[in-house]
Amino acid sequence: MVEQHEISPGVTSTADRRIPTVIADNVHLIYRVHGAASGTTPVATLKRIVSRAPQANVREVHAVKGVSFTAYRGEAIGLIGSNGSGKSTLLRAIAGLMPTNRGAIYTQGQPSLLGVNAALLNDLSGERNVVLGCLAMGMSPEQVRKLTPEIIEFSGINERGDFASLPMRTYSSGMAARLRFSIAAAKKHDVLLIDEALATGDVRFRRRSEARVRELRAEAGTIFLVSHGIGTIRDTCERTIWLESGEIRADGPTGLVVPEYEKFMKK
Amino acid sequence: MAPTAVADPDSGLTGAELAARYGLTVAGERPTLVGYTKQLWSYRHFISAYANAKLVAMFATARLGRVWQVLTPLTNAAIYYLIFGVILNTQNGIDNFIAYLCVGLFVFNFSQTVVLGGTQSITGNLGLIRALHFPRAALPTAVTLTQFQSLISAMVVLIAIVLVTGEPITLQWLLLVPALLLQSVFNAGIALGMARLGSKVTDLKQLMPFVMRTWMYGSGVLYSVDNFAENLPAWAATLVEANPLLVYIELVRHALLENAPLTSAAPRLWLLAFGWALLAGIGGYVYFWRGEQEYGRG
Repeated sequence: MVEQHEISPGVTSTADRRIPTVIADNVHLIYRVHGAASGTTPVATLKRIVSRAPQANVREVHAVKGVSFTAYRGEAIGLIGSNGSGKSTLLRAIAGLMPTNRGAIYTQGQPSLLGVNAALLNDLSGERNVVLGCLAMGMSPEQVRKLTPEIIEFSGINERGDFASLPMRTYSSGMAARLRFSIAAAKKHDVLLIDEALATGDVRFRRRSEARVRELRAEAGTIFLVSHGIGTIRDTCERTIWLESGEIRADGPTGLVVPEYEKFMKK
Repeated sequence: MAPTAVADPDSGLTGAELAARYGLTVAGERPTLVGYTKQLWSYRHFISAYANAKLVAMFATARLGRVWQVLTPLTNAAIYYLIFGVILNTQNGIDNFIAYLCVGLFVFNFSQTVVLGGTQSITGNLGLIRALHFPRAALPTAVTLTQFQSLISAMVVLIAIVLVTGEPITLQWLLLVPALLLQSVFNAGIALGMARLGSKVTDLKQLMPFVMRTWMYGSGVLYSVDNFAENLPAWAATLVEANPLLVYIELVRHALLENAPLTSAAPRLWLLAFGWALLAGIGGYVYFWRGEQEYGRG
């Protein structure tokens, strides 16, 4: 077992006074999954309702269990952990998209989640999706008009012919992910939460998106980055939080936390 | 001057105290009702773009595309006319039964599709809700707007039917506009309320078609509800007369048809229509707003 590191973060902060941007105070997150039951018969369901047993087809997943940390302005924090350790759920809660069940998350301004899961309308053309996505992020129609060609250019979906005017259901998964990332990356953010966004697309697009993330980072106050690519975490983040089964296993400088994590994963 | 990490003045503070000192706010906190309304207003472009997109997506895979917007109400009217007008010949003493029937069908269909769409507007868009931050009321509002656009094409069909069946054009036709606007406000409120209910009670999606069918029979779509008064106790008959959808349907009939029988006097109908719109609109909006934080949980 690896003991928890208690290393004071923010060593790299250049500010005189460290200004907190995100505070997580003993956060618990539970989400409900409907329709999780397998192989229930109508009779069994009726019996359950009559006997007032807890709903079998609604399962609660305790994804984050008592996480506390403080993030400061100018920090880039990597979130690592095995699959299902609660990283994405935590990011959603920081973005205010999921309410905390216990504890609280305090943030400066409105953090933005830059994920590849943003559901767009598959029956619509890529171009229309760009417009919708930008409007949903709160841009004005003029801004959207100006940015749309840039976003399509950046996503590179038009490199193989005019795909921007085709419905998104005709896109390959890589193309769709690239477009989603490009939409989300078009806006400036105070606190930016990046969820596996860099893992999509081909090498060329990844290089371009990494450059864009560095730009965004320069503009943003604080960045959280979820990634399974340890290399990306090493390159971008000076602080790393390691989550395992919803609890913080370690929180400290990347140089210390990542080797521990790698040792753990090899076991 | 600069405090070191060791002598940090912030050490020893709880999360809440630290947050208060630096002016941090709780993530995803529900705005005030006024603040929420302002937010919603600033998202009006998103709402209309989303409503349009849904409309386009609805017919995207059909070869005839948006022609179906007109074909759907037309086909519906044809089927009901065939069964009730031709085969069963249920005129019920109503002049111009086909126009009477079409008004009922189209106006009711507007509310029906909005209610069903509203029920699923949160559960069906969880991906979007969990990915982006926008006032959630935008979704049920967009559903109402999408169906309003369908209603307009249905109204074009309806006016054609009304004219073909020999109704004269009168000034009263102008009353169509306020009647449908009041109904839209009513629908938007119901859609908001149903959206919150539907996000909590997932079985509603299965239940709603039955609720809507019952509602249809009580709204005098296919016949005059005067028949009910003969078979129901007085209090139930009053309840049926106050039925908001009956009120909106009767108002449209009153506007377009010369000799349509009304269950209540026109001023009373207008009063009811206004009251229902106000009640459902404000009630639904406030009810939806109170659940704003919860919609991401699913």
